[in-house]
Amino acid sequence: MSVDAPGGGGRLLPQSVASDRFRMRRVMIALVILAALLAPLEVYPVFLAKALCFGLFACAFNLLIGYAGLLSFGHAAFFGGAAYVAAHAAKEWGVPPLAAVALGAVAATLLGAVFGGLAIRRQGIYFAMITLALAQMVFFLAVQLPFTHGEDGIQAVPRGTLFGFVSLDDNMSMYYFVLAIFSIGLAVIYRTIHSPFGQVLKAIRENEPRAISLGYRVDRYKLAAFVMSATLAGVAGGTKAIVFQLASLTDIQWQTSGEVILMTLLGGLGTMFGPVVGAFLVVVLENGLAESGLPVSVVTGAIFVVCVLLFRRGLVGEWIGRVRARSP
Amino acid sequence: MLRQMLCAIALVGLGSTSAQAQFRSDTLKIGVLNDRSGIYADLSGEGSVVAAQMAVEDAGGKVAGRPIQLLSADHQNKADVGANIARQWIDRDGVSMIIDVPNSGVALAVQEITREKQIIFIASGPGSSRLIGDACSPTGFLWTYNTYAMGVGTGGAMVDRGGSSWFFITADYAFGQSMQQDTSQIVVQKGGKILGSIKHPLNTADFSSFLLQAQSSGAKVIALANAGADTTNAIKQAAEFGITHGDQQLAGLLVFDTDIDALGLATAQGLILTTGFYWDFDDQTRTWSARFEKRHGAEPTMVQAGVYSAIRHYLKAVEATGTDDGPKVAAKMRELPLDDFFARHARIEANGAVSHDMYLAQVKAPGESKGRWDYLKILSTIPGTVAFQKPENSGCKLVAP
Amino acid sequence: MMSLLGISSQALFGQLLLGLINGSFYALLSLGLAVIFGMLNVINFAHGAQYMMGAFVAYLLLQFAGIGYWPALVLVPVIIGGFGIVLERTMLCRLYRLDPLYGLLLTFGIAMIIEGLFRYGYGVSGRPYPIPAALQGGYNLGFMFLPVYRAWVVVASLLLCLSTWFAIERTRLGAMLRAATENPVLVQAFGINVPLLVTATYGFGVALAGVAGLLAAPILQVNPLMGSNLIIIVFAVVVIGGMGSILGSILTGFGLGILEGLTKVFYPPASNVVIFVVMVGVLLVKPAGLFGREK
Repeated sequence: MSVDAPGGGGRLLPQSVASDRFRMRRVMIALVILAALLAPLEVYPVFLAKALCFGLFACAFNLLIGYAGLLSFGHAAFFGGAAYVAAHAAKEWGVPPLAAVALGAVAATLLGAVFGGLAIRRQGIYFAMITLALAQMVFFLAVQLPFTHGEDGIQAVPRGTLFGFVSLDDNMSMYYFVLAIFSIGLAVIYRTIHSPFGQVLKAIRENEPRAISLGYRVDRYKLAAFVMSATLAGVAGGTKAIVFQLASLTDIQWQTSGEVILMTLLGGLGTMFGPVVGAFLVVVLENGLAESGLPVSVVTGAIFVVCVLLFRRGLVGEWIGRVRARSP
Repeated sequence: MLRQMLCAIALVGLGSTSAQAQFRSDTLKIGVLNDRSGIYADLSGEGSVVAAQMAVEDAGGKVAGRPIQLLSADHQNKADVGANIARQWIDRDGVSMIIDVPNSGVALAVQEITREKQIIFIASGPGSSRLIGDACSPTGFLWTYNTYAMGVGTGGAMVDRGGSSWFFITADYAFGQSMQQDTSQIVVQKGGKILGSIKHPLNTADFSSFLLQAQSSGAKVIALANAGADTTNAIKQAAEFGITHGDQQLAGLLVFDTDIDALGLATAQGLILTTGFYWDFDDQTRTWSARFEKRHGAEPTMVQAGVYSAIRHYLKAVEATGTDDGPKVAAKMRELPLDDFFARHARIEANGAVSHDMYLAQVKAPGESKGRWDYLKILSTIPGTVAFQKPENSGCKLVAP
Repeated sequence: MMSLLGISSQALFGQLLLGLINGSFYALLSLGLAVIFGMLNVINFAHGAQYMMGAFVAYLLLQFAGIGYWPALVLVPVIIGGFGIVLERTMLCRLYRLDPLYGLLLTFGIAMIIEGLFRYGYGVSGRPYPIPAALQGGYNLGFMFLPVYRAWVVVASLLLCLSTWFAIERTRLGAMLRAATENPVLVQAFGINVPLLVTATYGFGVALAGVAGLLAAPILQVNPLMGSNLIIIVFAVVVIGGMGSILGSILTGFGLGILEGLTKVFYPPASNVVIFVVMVGVLLVKPAGLFGREK
């Protein structure tokens, strides 16, 4: 494919592919749900739960870049920050898992409001750099604050019991807990994108001056999208801390911000399910590479380069593009 | 598809109801989990895997009639990566024992999981005395060294030589904190003073500002409660700033042969250190180390020698019990006598500490060394009974105080 | 010993000096980023990796060819600059018509590959690189011991920064460059080869990062991760200074290094975050940066 291919064109985002409708859609969704329910019988459930957490994280990130056109390079702060808060709440305060995740999400929301308030003062590349720098500040705080336990992280977080009777220590029930959270998160994102709010975001993404001249208070919309994205990233991070019973610097370091960009880019920016596909692929890849001893970052870096140079629409984006080209 | 699913469901059902088998899988799987590319890769890393292979081969490749399989992975010095791998190994791959795990932070995470799942965990790489203290486990062992023993050795020796006031430069994670705490205790006991301390993150490149703070504290001993590349960086930069030219001395609380190799004798000479093993100690250590050197291209560190010793002992216990059941094997390991080229006058305590002779050593001057790896003069042997804390005082719940 | 507010002068001047040394690296790197951004409109995320490569190339030259520090001072920028030119010609040049964010993402991927390869080959524990014989030892300044090499780093970096500033602001080539930044189409119409200028600029910016890596090698050891930790701080420096001004990025780099040193004296725990706090402050007061112009 050449770089000049139509649709892969000049802007960061492909045309609004997400609103596309397929004939096969319902069947596929049913199949996916069935697969999600049965998957832990075949595949190690903790692994699946990890992929789901990153899937939700990537979708939250995609809400910002795919629909509002804002590239945040600091989403690890929300993911990791929430993980720390959820882990601390579950371990030190003995809070049940759902409440711990919720507390994590609240922390991410607050952090998102601060980040967003500062970062939307600049656009494009500055926006990316500012979010990156702010996230790095949060990282250094996490290194130094006593409650995060430095390099060790918060370990031995209890998974606890759901609604007082479902013990999450069993990997199976843990998986379904995560699947439920993931599905709710995805539903929220779906509703948001297809709401008038989502339409305004797309309008801003396509042409900000026009949106301004139409009377929209663009900054407020951007901030709202940013905070919402942060909240959902926080839900993902908090859930991950409960699954792995651990919150550590890995979750909050800037490489994690890069990873979520990669997942979204690989799956397809601005597509509903692309980030999930991307997240699964990256998690599978990292898992496979970790055991083979090959350097993970070389492979992920190469995927980055290939995605940016050759298929900027990502896997799902390309696929939607082809289907659409075949049946106009 | 459907049939597969039904099978899977049936299997899941079986797994939860059938009686516990003698072994977790058809082969006995041992997982070597350590740092393969990070700051502790030289002192453990591939070398530990080589040592593990040698141990398996020397045991005939089989135990209780089952082939032994080695797995290895890189935890990248991240607690979450390490915990994740350990969990997968145990849940999915049926690993019976996990070994090495340098970086006490990661080791503590693995200890939590192995305690919960009743799997044997033998720590050779990490040193935090918490692993045999408040975080001890009935199936966990700390084989090679611990921060308390290093503190007794190096801390005690430095105070005896006139190092009466101390300043710590401490790696900000489980190991550094234990190291500082245990050493401070010894120093104070011997009448020394602690003037202050500063924490640095793991894998720090520039120690100059920490060293300046240490220097302006006026302490006679600047103690490095860190390990691997962090220690070597700090020592080099201390030399650059002329800190050791004055009346201040450096104390590397954990220094490996590989660190001295990286520093060069010109920089490292004169350092006092404590070690659990030195390749050139006697004929027994030289024989084993020569075999290791042939395969790995470097002399073994104490961590790598410890891995070999631990696996041999573990396999003996599995052979004797005829199972890989964690608690049973752990009990057998405590019961069987342990005395090999690595662990002299050894005793496995109830808290999982393997007490054995430690050595106080000094790094040779370039003129004294006959070549690469000829780095240490052994000054004295510290008997295990002195170097290791009494289990009753360790804070481990398994031992009634 | 003198003391000021309970802080010994030894600690104060010592940390200030270390701050100045760190500032030299911030300045060199943010200068390179600013030069590249000015011409290509690309934030070069690979800058940290190229800085690391500079150190590694020096290390490899010494290891395998026995080429020491002084020849490396010339060879390293040439090699790293050449590498940059290849990158620009084969990959970056395909992205100019797109959103500049793609440039950021591409260079991020490149940084991951470079770093991963060096990690794979050399682990993350540093490799030693000796201080050249002529710069060994140090001066006892009374209040502190100043290693000659560190003093050299400050001087060398100042020289490099100022000559870059001079070349861009005061020479004919610099004038062409500035004109091409403002209006590439017009400059092209005057018969100046703008794509060549772009390539050369990228090569030059990257070469600066390479030299910085070489300067750092004897201090920090040669470590595959040395760049990734630094680059984000440099991003913050660039945001604070504003991208528009060459002199601005130099001044901000040195200034923030010193500020960081001061923080280490008065409140060490904050020294890691002080630059980011300043960034937040600047964003609130002057979003375009201290020396930047609002576009």
